[in-house]
Amino acid sequence: MNIIVCLKQVPDTETQISIAADGKSISTDNIKWVMNPYDEYAVEEALQIREKFGGEVTIVGVGPKRVTESIRTALAMGADKGILVDDQAIVGNDSLGTARVLTAVIKDLDYDIILCGKQGVDDDYGIVGSMLAEFLDIPQISIAVKLDISEDGSKVTVNREVEGGTFVIEAPLPALVTAQKGLNEPRYASLPGIMKAKKKPLDVKAIADLGLDAGSVGEAGAKIEIKEITLPKPRQAGKIVEGETPQEKAANLAKFLHEEAKIL
Amino acid sequence: MNIFLSDKNRLVQRIAHGFCEIEIQPIAGKIDKEAHFPWDVVKKMGELGYFGIQAPKSLGGAALDTVDYILIIEEISKSCAALGLCVAVHNSVALYPLLAFGSEEQKKKWAPQLTSGNKIGAFCLTEPNAGSDASGIESEAISKDRYYVINGSKAFVTNGGVAGIYLIFARTNPNNGNKGISVLIVERGTPGLIVGDLEELCGVRANPVSSVRLNDCEVPSQNLLGREGAGLSIGFAALDIGRIGIAAQAAGIARAALEEAIRYSKQRHQFGVPIAKHQALSMMIADMATKVDAARLMAYRAATLRDKGESFSQASAMAKLFSSEISSEVTDQALQIHGGYGYSKSYPVERYYRDARVTRIYEGTSEVHKMVIARGIMGN
Repeated sequence: MNIIVCLKQVPDTETQISIAADGKSISTDNIKWVMNPYDEYAVEEALQIREKFGGEVTIVGVGPKRVTESIRTALAMGADKGILVDDQAIVGNDSLGTARVLTAVIKDLDYDIILCGKQGVDDDYGIVGSMLAEFLDIPQISIAVKLDISEDGSKVTVNREVEGGTFVIEAPLPALVTAQKGLNEPRYASLPGIMKAKKKPLDVKAIADLGLDAGSVGEAGAKIEIKEITLPKPRQAGKIVEGETPQEKAANLAKFLHEEAKIL
Repeated sequence: MNIFLSDKNRLVQRIAHGFCEIEIQPIAGKIDKEAHFPWDVVKKMGELGYFGIQAPKSLGGAALDTVDYILIIEEISKSCAALGLCVAVHNSVALYPLLAFGSEEQKKKWAPQLTSGNKIGAFCLTEPNAGSDASGIESEAISKDRYYVINGSKAFVTNGGVAGIYLIFARTNPNNGNKGISVLIVERGTPGLIVGDLEELCGVRANPVSSVRLNDCEVPSQNLLGREGAGLSIGFAALDIGRIGIAAQAAGIARAALEEAIRYSKQRHQFGVPIAKHQALSMMIADMATKVDAARLMAYRAATLRDKGESFSQASAMAKLFSSEISSEVTDQALQIHGGYGYSKSYPVERYYRDARVTRIYEGTSEVHKMVIARGIMGN
């Protein structure tokens, strides 16, 4: 069973985000980049499927060069090979552009299932997986918390949680599934795995290698435009309720909740 | 910092960092308070290769280089110095001598148990009357038929309380001074090997540092590591590598303290502004950051020299001396920046302060290191 995992690199959640001078993007200085956490679930699931059915796990990422670090991490976890599309033309990709690039890479590969994280934790659109499935004309099931493939490898059954219940959804393979937290517990890369990862193939492709028109991707091909990014308002300082005795403090607290916070 | 590292080094660093942040960092304060050795985490680390970092693949190791090794020690120690110490001592002064001086049979027998982390290694050189002066070793190993009978007493054995394999330094020849000392491999459970009570230490409290006594402890002659009389040269070769690890450990502790100090100084307001805005504090942080950088670079240099097959003793001694000294300074300043809260157990800086202190003592005190460095520069 051949499995493809689409991988995105995102800023570590510990990173303090600041807005760049243009007001439309984030400053990339001092950012620590990591594999998108939802993609880690996808990688882990792919490895588990391979352990059961055999085959190969291929990681596909879309530029820039630093993304190779996250692809290597996935290879150190146990994936077999990686493909990175790195090209000046893809700078400014919106979700559609990324989906187009992924489609161009994946359409000629031999695959039984494609796994993606349910969304990137940076811009949170959560639509690349769906677009990719549409372009490839295969079934898609999003936000999976459980995934089973039938013994004969012909179909996939996925649990998808909704408010107050669970959907159990089935689709024939090949299909695309996006991973939600809870799908599995991603393994850590082992140290011997790192040495093995060093020798695994990681191809870097340009837009021209994929037969893509540069005008259909990147800023030129984008259908949406970010006009502005703003940070949330800084949290206001807490209020200390004064009072000489506990009774007085409680009375003042009740007064504050009633008159100022207007909760009571 | 990264310009000195290969892509593979950086991958190792990132992967170790990710593991430590999730598995070690959250428990570090608790295991320090309870002086608890976290076997569950250690087992996971064993499965992931952290107990055979530089050992060859054929013996179950990860076959990484010395730079990878110190990056890992730095990351673990940044989260928990006591575990950093456990992994450093195991890999450098316990496993390395077996790999470098052991016979094929010895390696085949013991290395896989160590590289898998199923058994933790301990290095038993220090005695009540022999510390900086290793030639004062009084433990004896008397050759008898095809056995050695060991008697003696060892102090401050890192990993002592949990180790499965102990390297015991003992005299096989009472009359031959420094050349009469040998190394014997003793497994836990051997009759006559008595693991004493845990030491009540000021820092690295999650490491079960203990005394070890040998009371007519018999081991087969095949447990002699290297040849008779080679003990101190084996010990010093191991310590050369061990010291790079301690340099990295001290730098890791200092980095943790620096990060806490930066975070706190941006949050804490006094006189109407974050205390980071007060010049006295920003100057302190600039000094701390510069020292941490220099310490890391010195450790990287020593490790790189070793990986390139060049002489690294002097660089390793300098790195250990400098890094352990600045680690005390930086953790002290981080505590000062935290004020009264820094002195409280509610914040992690007091742990860093205590943990940093011992790096100036073990695997050679700062004073012994200065002696070694001076000798290297000026001759005997």
